[in-house]
Amino acid sequence: MIDQTFIGFRLPLHTQVVEKGRLRFFARAIGETNPVYLHEDAAKAAGWGSLPVPPTFLFCLDMEQDNPYDCMDTLGIELGKVLHGEQHFSYYQVACAGDRLTFDSRITDIYQKKAGAMEFVVRDTAVFRETGEPTREKLADLRSIIIIRHR
Amino acid sequence: MSTDVDIASFNVGDEIPPLSTPPISRLTLALYAGASGDHNPIHVDLDFARYHGMDDVFAHGMLASAYLGRMLTNWLPQDALISFSVRFVAIAQVHDELSCQGRITERFEAEGEQRARIELSVVNQHGEAKVVGDAVVRLGR
Repeated sequence: MIDQTFIGFRLPLHTQVVEKGRLRFFARAIGETNPVYLHEDAAKAAGWGSLPVPPTFLFCLDMEQDNPYDCMDTLGIELGKVLHGEQHFSYYQVACAGDRLTFDSRITDIYQKKAGAMEFVVRDTAVFRETGEPTREKLADLRSIIIIRHR
Repeated sequence: MSTDVDIASFNVGDEIPPLSTPPISRLTLALYAGASGDHNPIHVDLDFARYHGMDDVFAHGMLASAYLGRMLTNWLPQDALISFSVRFVAIAQVHDELSCQGRITERFEAEGEQRARIELSVVNQHGEAKVVGDAVVRLGR
């Protein structure tokens, strides 16, 4: 069983720079055909500063820390038992290549269903853009719910 | 970016332009693992998947979500997207051919904007739901 005292636990902050090449690789991997996500010229012509970070890629950037499974390791969760249950995004601004983004995550709930056969961990992540000023701009809120199968 | 669209053309019950994707191959999963940074071996390493009780490797839920994201951003510029939520209702398997659909379920005004709620789904070639979700988009200020 996952230790319930982790509810409220704050994970280490991390900051990632959004890389153009990586965005193009992601775009190709998901079969993207919209030129705004593939060619910087098209992105700029559409009014973006550079290639925009597509809607789900913030979730990926949050895995760019040294140990992408830090949260699961901290909670003692075996990776092979994990399924993704739900994913939520609230967007306030769109990030673009070149942005420096900081991820601030907390474990906000841990519960079980089916007499403990399945455990659920809820993690909320706020994403900020570093502006070089003391104040950071909030870009998005993410909520991940993962399921741990005990069968 | 301008997110102004012809609001009159969006009615409750309307379908948004759907998106079809090619069958998921092991290469699809390998490329997605690399590009997304999600290197969980359950999606690419058959030995690992079997050890953990699965018959085969299977697709990342976030791959199907990325397809939904493509459908939405083909339809509207990305800054029209206010929220996007998905629930993974079944595992998408290798060889599944996923298609994305969206339908306007609500029109409302909030914070001085015209908004719409879109019900989303990803189904395979047999019509089995893999992902359900919703998005809220702004149609104009």
